[in-house]
Amino acid sequence: MATAVMTTLDPKSRAASRGMSDLAIRNLFIIPTILFLIVFNIFPLAYSLGYSFTDFRASTNAPANFVGLQNYRDLLNDPYIWNNFAVTAKYVIISVVGQVVVGFGTAMLLNRDIPFKGLITTLLLLPMMLSMAVVGLFWKLLYDPSWGVINWALGLGKFEWLGDPRMALYAVAITDIWMWAPFVMLLSLAGLSAVPKHLYEAAAIDRAGPFYTFFRITLPLVAPILMIAIIFRTMEAFKTFDLAYVLSTQPSTEVIAIRLYKMAFQEWQTGRSCALAYIVLIMVLAITNIYVKYLNKVKER
Amino acid sequence: MAHIQLKNISKSFGAQTALSRLDLDIADGEFFVLLGETGAGKTTTLRLIAGLEKPSEGQIYIDGVDVAGWSAAERDVALVLQQYSLYPRYTVRENLEFPLKPKIRRLPDAEIKERVERAARTLRIEHLLDRKVDRLSGGEMQRVSIGRAIVRKPRVFLMDEPLSALDAKLREALRTELKNLQMQLGATFLFVTHDQIEAMSMGDKVGVLHRGRIVQTGTPQEIYNNPRNTYVASFVGSPPMNLMEGRLVDGRAVMAPKTFELPLSENGSGGAGTGGAADGRPLVFGIRPEDLHLESGAPVEALVHDLENHGVQKIVTLRVGDLQLRATVPAQTAVAVDQSVRFGWNPEKVALFDKGSGLSLRHEA
Repeated sequence: MATAVMTTLDPKSRAASRGMSDLAIRNLFIIPTILFLIVFNIFPLAYSLGYSFTDFRASTNAPANFVGLQNYRDLLNDPYIWNNFAVTAKYVIISVVGQVVVGFGTAMLLNRDIPFKGLITTLLLLPMMLSMAVVGLFWKLLYDPSWGVINWALGLGKFEWLGDPRMALYAVAITDIWMWAPFVMLLSLAGLSAVPKHLYEAAAIDRAGPFYTFFRITLPLVAPILMIAIIFRTMEAFKTFDLAYVLSTQPSTEVIAIRLYKMAFQEWQTGRSCALAYIVLIMVLAITNIYVKYLNKVKER
Repeated sequence: MAHIQLKNISKSFGAQTALSRLDLDIADGEFFVLLGETGAGKTTTLRLIAGLEKPSEGQIYIDGVDVAGWSAAERDVALVLQQYSLYPRYTVRENLEFPLKPKIRRLPDAEIKERVERAARTLRIEHLLDRKVDRLSGGEMQRVSIGRAIVRKPRVFLMDEPLSALDAKLREALRTELKNLQMQLGATFLFVTHDQIEAMSMGDKVGVLHRGRIVQTGTPQEIYNNPRNTYVASFVGSPPMNLMEGRLVDGRAVMAPKTFELPLSENGSGGAGTGGAADGRPLVFGIRPEDLHLESGAPVEALVHDLENHGVQKIVTLRVGDLQLRATVPAQTAVAVDQSVRFGWNPEKVALFDKGSGLSLRHEA
């Protein structure tokens, strides 16, 4: 296949009449992309790795001093940073579990013949298409303790969703679940509709109950695609910034991305924040790798 | 084991009628074959009995009990589908265990193991037990799905064209195996097929289904020798029965565009085979290919149009005027294409059908 992708240029084409070879055309398309990637992705990545070993501050003219692994050592010994990681982990677990439960549940409900199925599905997908900052802003209004719609609808009086340090993280997670459960739903729906109907019929004939059928037939067949949804959502939740930043200023919702932002652009500890960014990168890579390994195992079965 | 009765069953999907006023009676321990073309309503009948569909009208009785309100699970039937429907990602053993594991009817482990092994032995799939079902061949998959039906010891086995996706050799082998299995288990089998050879060779009884109606039920011999109407006559048998339009004149069959005539009964109309048909009534004469014979002294002259050699026998297509007839003759008969031959028929084997209704006069009487 790989060789078939590269086909020869049609000798009668306009490009050929201008004297361009296959190679020239290929380069014309590929080189700008590669340059863009190098300038905006690869270069900063490598450059920030260099900074992470220095005490560079972007706000001063002082030359950067090489400090070796000092930044990493400090960060990993800092209890506040560990607290940020703990908050992030809690947030990832709550929001991803919530999204899978809500998303998969909605998909199960939609995976049957109901009127207006297409319309309902489209409407349910709307939250996903909104901007994070906008979602954050209007959920802030919904959560408002004195005149927010949520307290009014649930009859909670003056309940402090975002003001209560114990509740704030859950409030942010609920918003994230509202926004991204449709994504899990969409992928689950694709997986569910791919389960052949005759398997359910066979199971019904074999006297399998609904739970038995679900755990023995539906779940194993949907598992691979559900895993992909979980990988995506975990990565995204791990680097959550905007939603938490817009919704709350509580220390209890200070996820690692917010800490990183503050360190880099409010405290101007450029070198240290580079080191922290690298620690986060390694963690995300490690977690995704575990997932991918598991996904491959699920697929093989 | 069970006795199944369908009374006055109708089923429509929207505006489309799949079955209309169907009656069916399947005795306990019988191997009943439902034969019909694609779209005749065979699968629908099966799904109604299994409880996967609800009839629009009519009742289904299993052992005399109306099962209208029963779910598929409660009816205790086993269904083998054309597309195998094995549970993917599981091994053969896990597939066979599946119907025995649900909590409601969970059997002791030892019993499960024993039943699975017995089924595997019967179907000769013991060596496959620990293999994933995705790595099986078509024949092996079909055996496993039959195995999944038999481990449960259900009251009724329903099979929806289980052999049609297999190659000829395997089909033949499994045909015999299924028949043996049915005799061994003594269970009631309802087998659906569009293949009349399958129906003839396996069924204790055959029901011919045409456009949502049962046209004829009977033993394979009855269906073959005594078709109820021209549809059954032309559908059952390979090559099918020859059908010729004509009328009866003085105990002789005179074909419609007056091309030839054949003797039918010695003593004029009202003889053994004619069922009391009056002279001159428009009829359709049916004769099986094997009851046509080529002889030098036979009454009608025809041209050999085509020859098919089947080893033991030859199928000769004859041309008389516009009519094409097929005759099976022994392989050693010397004939060649375009050769002129004479043929006659066995008057006792002629079936008479009314031209208008297509019904056999024998059944009409």
